Amino acid sequence: MSTPALLLERITCTFASREGQGERYTAVKDTTLAVGAGEFVSVVGPTGCGKSTLLNVAAGLLLPSSGNVRVLGEPLVGINAKAGYMFQAESLMPWRNALDNVLAGLEFAGIDRGEAEKRAREWLDRVGLTGFEHRYPHELSGGMRKRVALAQILILDPRLLLMDEPFSALDVQTRQLMENELLDLWSADRKSVLFITHDLEEAIALSDRVIVLSAGPATHPIGEYAIDLPRPRDVNEIRLTPRFLELHAEIWHKMKNEVLKGYARSRKS
Amino acid sequence: MPEAARVEGESEVRRTHLRASRGRLALYHVLLLGGLFLFWYVMTEPGLIPPFYFDDPMRAKFFFGQPHVVFKRIWAWFAGGSIYLHLGVTLLETLLAFGLWLALSPTASTLADPYIKAMNAMPRVILAPIFAVWFGLGITSKVVFGVTLVFFIVFFNVYQGVKEVSPVVLANARMLGASRQQLLRYVYLPSATSWVFSSLHTSIGLAFVGAVVGEYLGSARGVGYLIHQAEGVFDIDTVLAGILVLTMFALILDFIVTQIESRLLVWRPRAAETERL
Repeated sequence: MSTPALLLERITCTFASREGQGERYTAVKDTTLAVGAGEFVSVVGPTGCGKSTLLNVAAGLLLPSSGNVRVLGEPLVGINAKAGYMFQAESLMPWRNALDNVLAGLEFAGIDRGEAEKRAREWLDRVGLTGFEHRYPHELSGGMRKRVALAQILILDPRLLLMDEPFSALDVQTRQLMENELLDLWSADRKSVLFITHDLEEAIALSDRVIVLSAGPATHPIGEYAIDLPRPRDVNEIRLTPRFLELHAEIWHKMKNEVLKGYARSRKS
Repeated sequence: MPEAARVEGESEVRRTHLRASRGRLALYHVLLLGGLFLFWYVMTEPGLIPPFYFDDPMRAKFFFGQPHVVFKRIWAWFAGGSIYLHLGVTLLETLLAFGLWLALSPTASTLADPYIKAMNAMPRVILAPIFAVWFGLGITSKVVFGVTLVFFIVFFNVYQGVKEVSPVVLANARMLGASRQQLLRYVYLPSATSWVFSSLHTSIGLAFVGAVVGEYLGSARGVGYLIHQAEGVFDIDTVLAGILVLTMFALILDFIVTQIESRLLVWRPRAAETERL
């Protein structure tokens, strides 16, 4: 296999506990994970299992307690400049309109305003938001804001996309639309994607590979499944195919215990 | 009547109703003010009502002044032109005090927190005579004094604004490649603006307090000086006239701040956002 786009090697993340002095909380333990070039990898796991921690490590926003991060073979120092990060929460700057939000990355890079604006308009068009350039985030719907966020990231043409449950706040219909749009955009130039979700169906429908994480604390991968569904896919239709249901049953069988464990733990605390 | 036309008609009715109630509110405001002045006049005009508190009917007039005399004084000031110098000086002091913190605040923000807190807790009005000694009786002492009054309010609001920046927006900007300076300029500052503006309304008032108290304690010009002079000879009408003029101008400045605010903060969601067609 060629050099993976992203390689997390034996990552462990330990946090000082907020309640007790000296107590520690290990969110992620000894996790190794690779995303190949052009590969769409999803990570699923029960809530609160440290999925986001893992993604923050890959983004360079969080320094792991131990372990290495390699991006295209190079060790990661500081912020991961080759990655675009799509957040679960609202990440647009509320004081900038859609256009200015999309061109923010170009502006930071010192590209001149006219050129940046031209490219931002192209991207807004590509995510179907022509005519909304001058709306502020609070004037856009949840799905539109996600589209702006997607354009904001893709305009910088990152090699690697890190996505942290990006569509979890959307309603089911909007969500499926966005998933299809994401697949369309992705298939255009096949970036490497690390997609975090708690929704197994979403994971299977989108990915080439699904990694199942154990319940926290000390999360680690417990299963890895290649998704051999044909592309291009339509997320609505593929959910009904027999192969999808087979894969779903297989992975869910593995996941169920972890979900129950996570649930029991969250009830105790 | 067709549905659309009826809805149209209803919204038309509602709109006229709204406009009427807004107009009525303005009318009430004016009536309240007029009533207040009328009350003032009735209570102070000698011989109009039988005295019930002071033995001498002239005494109420002496202590509380009279609205028509006050207005005549204000009119004479503006018509005769004598007020402009004083007003100009006071406004200049206020604006300078106000403008200086803008330049100072980022630098001062780097100062140690406890000292700032201690200085904020100190009753700073007592500094006015000290500044008069340090900076003379001219405009400098008033400006410095105004700055000390205004600075802390704005400082704490900027501080709060910077602390309240959404961590996700911040992380997002970092991922998009913003440098430290760019984060400050494109993320922290815009985020702090709304906090700063909420403090500007308070600070406008305080900048006036600074300028007037400064003039009051020692100067040869300004509205504070006029008021002080008038108090010295028990000319209550002039004192009240000065106060009214100051109030008016504080209101005007506040209005200007509101205008700038609504221009700069268009991105902020407002509560009622439906467009009335």
